[in-house]
Amino acid sequence: MTSNGDTLLKLQAITKVYGMGEAQMFALRGISLTINQGEFVAVMGPSGSGKSTCMNILGCMDQPSDGHYWFRDVNVGTLSRNQRTLLRRHYLGFVFQGFNLLNRTTALENVELPLLYRGVGRNERRVLARLALATVGLSGWETHKPNELSGGQQQRVAIARAIVTEPLLLLADEPTGNLDSQRSEEIMDLLVQLNRERGITVVMVTHEPDMAAYAQRIVQFRDGLIERDVCH
Amino acid sequence: MISKLLTSALPIAVREMQRNLMRSVLTMLGIIIGVAAVIVLMTLGSGTTQQVTEQIASLGSNLLMISTGKSMGPMQSSTAPKFKLADAEAIAREVTSLVAVAPQASSNATAIFANQNWQTNITGSNERYFSVNNRQLAAGRLFTAREVRSGAMVCVIGETLRGKLFGASNPIGVRMRLQKLSCEVVGLLKAKGQSSMGSDQDDVVILPLRTFQRRIAGNNEVAMIQVSAKDGITTDAVKQSIRQVLRRQRHLSAAEEDDFNVVDMKEIAGILSGTTQLMTSLLSAVAGISLLVGGVGIMNIMLVSVTERTREIGIRLAIGALGREILAQFLVEAVVLSTTGGVIGILLAVAIAGVLATLLQIPLAFSPLVILSAFIFSATVGVVFGYMPARKAARLNPIEALRHE
Repeated sequence: MTSNGDTLLKLQAITKVYGMGEAQMFALRGISLTINQGEFVAVMGPSGSGKSTCMNILGCMDQPSDGHYWFRDVNVGTLSRNQRTLLRRHYLGFVFQGFNLLNRTTALENVELPLLYRGVGRNERRVLARLALATVGLSGWETHKPNELSGGQQQRVAIARAIVTEPLLLLADEPTGNLDSQRSEEIMDLLVQLNRERGITVVMVTHEPDMAAYAQRIVQFRDGLIERDVCH
Repeated sequence: MISKLLTSALPIAVREMQRNLMRSVLTMLGIIIGVAAVIVLMTLGSGTTQQVTEQIASLGSNLLMISTGKSMGPMQSSTAPKFKLADAEAIAREVTSLVAVAPQASSNATAIFANQNWQTNITGSNERYFSVNNRQLAAGRLFTAREVRSGAMVCVIGETLRGKLFGASNPIGVRMRLQKLSCEVVGLLKAKGQSSMGSDQDDVVILPLRTFQRRIAGNNEVAMIQVSAKDGITTDAVKQSIRQVLRRQRHLSAAEEDDFNVVDMKEIAGILSGTTQLMTSLLSAVAGISLLVGGVGIMNIMLVSVTERTREIGIRLAIGALGREILAQFLVEAVVLSTTGGVIGILLAVAIAGVLATLLQIPLAFSPLVILSAFIFSATVGVVFGYMPARKAARLNPIEALRHE
């Protein structure tokens, strides 16, 4: 399944300003971006180009200084902190560069975590988490703790945690940044597979053109603006 | 809503405690010690109070003690001439509302029988001594009024002395030595245990007063007169009559103060139990402070834990945990720590108080109220001291928390 044309999210003239007066610094200078359901978008750009700020706004963890963010038909700017959290809980999944798994917690429990906050019962949690781990190819590793897993495996657990709730949007912040090229390819294949087979929209920040090449669309940031927006 | 918050927070909190078992135990230690100290002190304190009250009740409720010297507060007096037997006789004759009057003199001396000897307390008194002091016979007989008048060489002994001198053999009818005096043991008193002042009331020999004065003390002094009043008579009126008699007997002019004092045992009971209660509350207050310190320890650890787990909190927030769910998690963790500490403290206190009460021979007076309030207090400590760190965790910005190393 590829892009089906339905708009998933829409950024309109988003600016983000840090600091006040003289020390004012623009992280985003008015960007507009529309992402459709089922797209795989790579976000590129040098450090300080505003791509991380943009990701934080997409992930409802930060509010823009100006402009509008529509997630489906919801104006995110009008939501309270709690409502944005609930939006994350129900529709978003996150994958980070540093994996961000809970230490001293088994892979299974890590994957169960988002279900716990969704109020899913214990047994159903177990079943869904096992399924998600199987999807990322980690059947049999359920009881291993992060420090007993390789980097690639840890990132797979993180991806399992992100998709166990069947999110509409998967936000991946340099998911291959800490991995060697072979592990990176495996992770990218996994993301592409999730995008194609499950229709999960993926927005991925990356520095590496090799990784960006997996995406259908590349958005290039520079100095708080979108420099290029190319579809393959 | 709240129950849903708790059901998700409780397993997380318990798991977190298991992961940091050592730290959890150390954190709980403050609460454990605090709770245990409060309960042990309050239990032993009320046991002591109860014991004092019981002992004084066993003295007889209408007992008055008359001793020489000016009254200078409880148990203290300046020196003054001793009483004479005639003083006691005058009281018995003139104060009508009395049941019994027992003049007394006593000293310490060595009692000897066969090859055993034992330093003991020797008291000379009359036949009324036993009823006034609520002493019952275990064997033999008491000495009679006639023996008291004639100064017969007979004595009644206490259980401790019997054990030390006679062992397994029957002391009744046997002669033992008290200094230069050889006297016949005619009776054995039932054991009574420690007095409220801590002396052994069974390590005694009771002689007729005259025998004691002539053979042991070598004078005719009477150190103390015990008096028991009839039921239903106000002791203040009795005290007043006794004072009039004694002032006349001791030739005190109107300008002079009493050089003796009359103490109602009820007053002493009040003073003593008041003192032990005060001590109990003071010690418990000190122990209560250690509970507070334990609470500060929990707050400290929870604050450290919030900082240490900032990244974890960031992950949870990003994944979709609400601020109040994070708050509930940390608050529940603090409360679980403090109440677990409270329960362990209570169990420890039960064990310690049990052992100490046996060692100190104090009745074990557990109060469910004390235990319940210690538990509630420890839970409250968890809520109060856990709230600040929990709120700090709940208010973290997920972006910054995720960046935290």
